[in-house]
Amino acid sequence: MASHKRVKTKMSAMAKREERWAWLFIASPFLGFMLFMAYPIVFAVIASASKWTGINSLWGNMVGFGNYIKILSDVKFWRAMGTTIIYMIGIPIGMILGMLVAMGLNRKIPGKRVLTTMYYVPVVSSLVAVSILWAWVFNYDYGLLNGIYKFLTGTHGPNWLGDEVMVKISLIIFMVWKGLGGTIILYLAGLQNIPRDYYEAAMIDGAGSIAKFMNITLPLLSPVTFYVLITSLIGGFQVFVEVQVMTPSGGPNYSSATVVFYLFEKAFTNGQLGYGSAVAVILAIIIFIITAINFWGQDKWVKTID
Amino acid sequence: MDVAIKKKRGNKDYQTDRVLSSKEKFWNIVIFIVLALFAFTMVFPLIYMVATSFMTKNQILSGSLTIIPDPVLIGKYSEVLKKGQFVTGIFNTIKVEIPVLIIGGFTSSLAAFAFAKMNFRGKNILFMALLATIMIPFAVVMIPQYVLFTKLHWTNSLAPLIIPGCFGNISMIFFLRQNLYSIPSELMDAAKIDGCNYFGIYYKIFLPLMKGALGTQLMLWFMGIWNDYLAPTIFLRSERNWTLQVVIRSFNSYYAIQSDYALIMAASVIAMLPTLVLFFLFQRVIIESIAISGIK
Repeated sequence: MASHKRVKTKMSAMAKREERWAWLFIASPFLGFMLFMAYPIVFAVIASASKWTGINSLWGNMVGFGNYIKILSDVKFWRAMGTTIIYMIGIPIGMILGMLVAMGLNRKIPGKRVLTTMYYVPVVSSLVAVSILWAWVFNYDYGLLNGIYKFLTGTHGPNWLGDEVMVKISLIIFMVWKGLGGTIILYLAGLQNIPRDYYEAAMIDGAGSIAKFMNITLPLLSPVTFYVLITSLIGGFQVFVEVQVMTPSGGPNYSSATVVFYLFEKAFTNGQLGYGSAVAVILAIIIFIITAINFWGQDKWVKTID
Repeated sequence: MDVAIKKKRGNKDYQTDRVLSSKEKFWNIVIFIVLALFAFTMVFPLIYMVATSFMTKNQILSGSLTIIPDPVLIGKYSEVLKKGQFVTGIFNTIKVEIPVLIIGGFTSSLAAFAFAKMNFRGKNILFMALLATIMIPFAVVMIPQYVLFTKLHWTNSLAPLIIPGCFGNISMIFFLRQNLYSIPSELMDAAKIDGCNYFGIYYKIFLPLMKGALGTQLMLWFMGIWNDYLAPTIFLRSERNWTLQVVIRSFNSYYAIQSDYALIMAASVIAMLPTLVLFFLFQRVIIESIAISGIK
C-alpha cells in the first residue's frame, strides 16, 4: 500500500512538471491572443459607446448607444451594407462555376495539373497587384475589356468603374475571378473523396448522369459547399482592399463602398475611433451569427458518407 | 458453371466499359477544350499585365486593342527598380518576413508540440480559445490594435507588423498539431525514459519530424505577409516604413494620373513575382494543404 502511494505521488510530480513545461510552451501564442485579440475586442466594445477620437477622453465622452443609433440611421452605412450584400451575388456564381470546373477536372483529361495551376494563380497573386491590374483592365478609355468591346462591336464599351451599377458588376467579376481557384481545389478534393463504387452501383441501377449528380455528387459535396459558403460569407463581409484600390473614393455616389470601407473611412480618415468601433462591433455580431449558423446547421444540412 | 457465369459477366462488363469509354473519350475532349479555354481566360489578365509592362506609352494609349508589345520596352523594369521607395518597400517587407517567420515559426511549432504531445490541464479549452481567434475578422480588432500600437510608440517603425507575428500564428499551430498527431507518441515516452527534457524532445525529435509540414506552413505564411496590405496601411504612419504592397498601391494612384501604366504594371509584376515563383515550385504541397482545410 505504502509503496503504491509513493509511486502515485511520484507520477503526479512528473505530470506537474510536464504541465509546467507545456504551459511555458504555449505561453507565447496565448499571450499574443490576450494582447492582440481578447483585449482589443473588449476595448472595441467599450470604445463603441464613446464619441472618442483618440485625442479626447474615451471615458469622458460616453454616449451609450448613440453611435449605434447614428450608424443605423446613416444612409451611407446602409448603402455600404447593401453593396456588401450585392457583391455576394458572386458567391453562388463562384460556387457553381467552381463545382463545374472541378467536375471536369475530376475526369480523365490531359493536362489536369497545368489547368489546376492556371485556375489557382489568381488566388496566390497579391490582392493589391491584381486589383491594380483589373482597374487597368476596366479602364474606360484604354482598358482591355473596352478594347475587346470596341473590337467586337465597333462602339465604345461601358464605363466599368465609373457607373453606379457597372462598378458593382465589375467588382463581382473581379471577386469571382480572384476566388474561383480556391473553390475549385476544395470541390476537387471533395469529389476525390466520393467512393467510386457509389457511381458504379448507380450505373448498375440504370441511373443517368443527372440522377447520379443529383443523388450522389451534390449531396456528398454538401460539406464542401457548406464550408465554401460559410467562409465566403465571412470573407464577403470583410471586402475592402479591392474596393479601395479600384475606387479610392468609394465609387460614383459611394456605390462601390463596403461596410469595412465605411469603417476604415470613419476611423482612419475622419478619426472617429469610437464611431468606427461601433461599426466594427456590428460587423463582429454579423460574423458571429454566420459562425453560429455554421455550427448549428452543419448536422442539419450536410450529408456525410457515413 | 460459376466460372462460366463470372466470365460471361466479365465479358459484358468489358463491353459496356468499351462502349462508354469511347463516348466518354469524346466528352473528355470536349470538356478539356472548354476547361482549357476557360483557364486561358482566367490567366489572360495576368498575361496582359506582363504585356502592358513592356509596352510604350504610345501603344498603350493608342485606343485600339493591342496585346503584343511592339516595340518591346524593358526600360520600365529598371525604372521601377531605380525608384528608392520601391526598393525600400521590398526591404521593409523582408525586414518583416525574417523575424516573424523565424521567431513566429519557433513559437508556433513549440505550442503545436505542447498541444499535440503533452498533457496539461485546460489543454482543450485553451486550444479552442486560440482557434476561435481565427474567426475574428481583422477589421473588428484593427482600431484597438492601432490605438495600442500608437500608445506603445510602435507606429513609426515596422514593430506593429513584426511583434504580433512573433507570438505565433494560430492556423499554423492548428495544422502542425494535426501533423504531429500522425507521429506516434511512443517516441515521446521513449525520450522521457531516456531522461530527455521536454524542450529537448521538441527540438531533437519532433521538430525534425515536422520539418515538411513546418516548411509548407512557413511558405504560406511568407505569402500572407508578402501580400498583406490592410495592416501595413493602417499601422505604418511614416512613408519610409511602407511595405511593398503599400508602395505599389501608392504608385498606382500617382502614376495613373500620368497614364504611365507600363510602370504601374511593371511594379505590380515584380511585387507578385516572389509568391508566384514559390507557388510554381511548391504547388503540390500548397494545393494539398488548401484542400485539407476544406475537408478538415
